[in-house]
Amino acid sequence: MSDVKKFMFVNRKAPHGTIYALESLEVVLITAAFDQDVSLVFLDDGVYQLKKGQQTKGIATKNFSPAYRALEGYDIEKLFVEKESMEARGLNEQDLLVDVTVLGSAEMGELMDRQDVVLSF
Amino acid sequence: MKFGIVVNEGPYQHQSSDSAYLFCKAAIEKGHEVWRVFFYHDGVNNASKLTEPPQDDRHIVNRWSKLNEEHGVDLVVCVAAALRRGIQEENLAKGFRISGLGQLVEAGVKTDRLVVFGD
Amino acid sequence: MLHIINKSPLTNSALDSCLRVAQSGDILLIEDAVYAAASGNAFEGKMREAMGRFKIYVLLPDLEARGLADSIITGVSPVDYGGFVDLTATNKNCQSWL
Repeated sequence: MSDVKKFMFVNRKAPHGTIYALESLEVVLITAAFDQDVSLVFLDDGVYQLKKGQQTKGIATKNFSPAYRALEGYDIEKLFVEKESMEARGLNEQDLLVDVTVLGSAEMGELMDRQDVVLSF
Repeated sequence: MKFGIVVNEGPYQHQSSDSAYLFCKAAIEKGHEVWRVFFYHDGVNNASKLTEPPQDDRHIVNRWSKLNEEHGVDLVVCVAAALRRGIQEENLAKGFRISGLGQLVEAGVKTDRLVVFGD
Repeated sequence: MLHIINKSPLTNSALDSCLRVAQSGDILLIEDAVYAAASGNAFEGKMREAMGRFKIYVLLPDLEARGLADSIITGVSPVDYGGFVDLTATNKNCQSWL
């Protein structure tokens, strides 16, 4: 597969309550391994996926949040968080596990328009 | 046009399997190609040959198998998601195959449009 | 871009988020999102506003299944599954707001 496409993963769901966030992360890593242009977007409750200090011992599930920090090692550096979603949840960039680019809604919309493949989980 | 389809929910629980199937049928009727349907998350349950709906209901699993048989649609079940949920080679319905997530990426790369159905 | 929505706007923010983030394009309402295409509910005002920026379609079989085929908001275009396919083909990309 020599063709490179722009893949965007839109995460709008909170972690732990459902498996979507974890399984989405698995696709993201594979996509990067295929040398595609990968962007991750965190919107609405998806922003909570990046919240620092997640401890899942008490619910006996895998804490996959450290994996977001490992993305850089897979050359996935385009992480975008929508400003409105973050603020609506009382969060700021210091609350997040990783460095992200914060975009306003309109900029986010334009970024989506420019993608070839948009996957949302 | 070449389509790739992603199904993220199990049959009967959520409408997404029905929507995806009816989309595939309409696309084929219009002369498009449905190159691959990729089943992820609980969508892997679409591939269980143990599925037995009541007689007056649609048979979602067999419907997919027929799409493979009649139109060569590649039905791929994500291996990691499948093993998590007890879908294995021995209970795989006709026409489905188990493979890796790379097949989803490939569907994104090789088709003109990838359409996602889920919850 | 084609934006595909499948949740009722009265219980889920998917359509609201789409209207906030997306700037223009086509919106197709399927599954439980078809309630947004029916007149008389609390979301109708937002739908009417959205029509200025978006072309809005509704999947008629889903609306019929829910008993609302005769209450489509004026300006929302009903399509069948073939029309759904056409929308994905004519737009250069699509996104399902799951």
